[in-house]
Amino acid sequence: MSTEIKSPLPGVFYRKPSPESAPFKKDGDTVAADDVIGLVEVMKSFHEVKAGVAGSNIRFSVDDADAVMAGQVIAEVEA
Amino acid sequence: MTIKVLHPGLSTTVQDLGRPGYFHLGIPVGGAMDRLALRAANLLVGNDEGAACLEAVFIGPQLEFTAPARIAVTGAEMPIKLDGVEQPGWTALEVKAGQVLSFDYLKSGARIIIAVSGGIDVPLALGSRSTYPIGALGGFKGRAIAAGDELPVGAASSSKAGLSVRDALRRKPGHPAELRVLPGLYWHRILPESQASFFADQWKVAPEADRMGYRFRGGQALKFVEREQPFGAGSDPSNIVDSCYPYGSIQVPGGKEPIILHRDAVSGGGYFMVGTVISADMDLIGQLQPNMPTRFVEIDMDGALAARADRKALLQKIREALA
Repeated sequence: MSTEIKSPLPGVFYRKPSPESAPFKKDGDTVAADDVIGLVEVMKSFHEVKAGVAGSNIRFSVDDADAVMAGQVIAEVEA
Repeated sequence: MTIKVLHPGLSTTVQDLGRPGYFHLGIPVGGAMDRLALRAANLLVGNDEGAACLEAVFIGPQLEFTAPARIAVTGAEMPIKLDGVEQPGWTALEVKAGQVLSFDYLKSGARIIIAVSGGIDVPLALGSRSTYPIGALGGFKGRAIAAGDELPVGAASSSKAGLSVRDALRRKPGHPAELRVLPGLYWHRILPESQASFFADQWKVAPEADRMGYRFRGGQALKFVEREQPFGAGSDPSNIVDSCYPYGSIQVPGGKEPIILHRDAVSGGGYFMVGTVISADMDLIGQLQPNMPTRFVEIDMDGALAARADRKALLQKIREALA
């Protein structure tokens, strides 16, 4: 069954810890509940978004540096 | 009684109506970003309008009540839960001892106000309980609340149960949000084409926006009138000889991204200001989330004063409805 991972807050979503780094997760990766899958930038700080669920074959629906709303689906995983 | 903080949210602070009177010494006015929401929340639970509440931005806290209390949540639209059961906003809620208040994802707006009968009873600092985190002043130990904190609550006065503020009396920004602006002392510093584009363009709230300043992007950069650099001013055309920054003033460093100074702003500096957001619209800014489309609308002093009177009349209607 596929489970949605949502952004807890509004801001700008980043898939990488820094512009030069590799993304936290690639489409198709397996994730653990505590894995960070991205960052949301708001009010001059960056907030980690954790998967919150263990699963496989993660698929992102938001691109790097896209604006996100609170509760918006960022990715789905097979849990 | 106390409120136990199980989860603090993103940045949840004790706020009241602020500490006006110290801005000339560099201490900002502080206080709730949406003061109408704070006044309404307090009236719902029988507090003085200016009692201290919790202000939470984007993410609600998780709080446990050690004794029965009457509470109200106003401001942004963010589903409210007591022991997991959804509750209405802008309404007095009865909380039993041991119950947990929590929130779902923010739907619209940016900040909620949580009022508790009796108010959050932290010590006064310069006449206010508002938290100014950068100055470690006021609020709960001068900082945002953290997991494990136990927030003191004052003695409740008796009030009516079941009060609610009807939808027509709640104020929220439109889409796009419109902020009315009175052009200021430095308006002549930009070219007529930039005076026009500032009001014609649609801007967007930048993710950096916070209690100190609300930054906007997306409009055309402002072009400046040529000048000889005055003694004491920086070399950028947006620099001025240092001046006072009013609450609500809009500075545009480099002519690029307007920043509206809000409750925790600095009180002076060397950037020109295009104008000032009128007092009646400052509360709306507190409810703008990142990426919100926003337009600046030109207004004159008579219009600004009429808007202020309208806002006072709205507050009076809320007072009468909850009396």
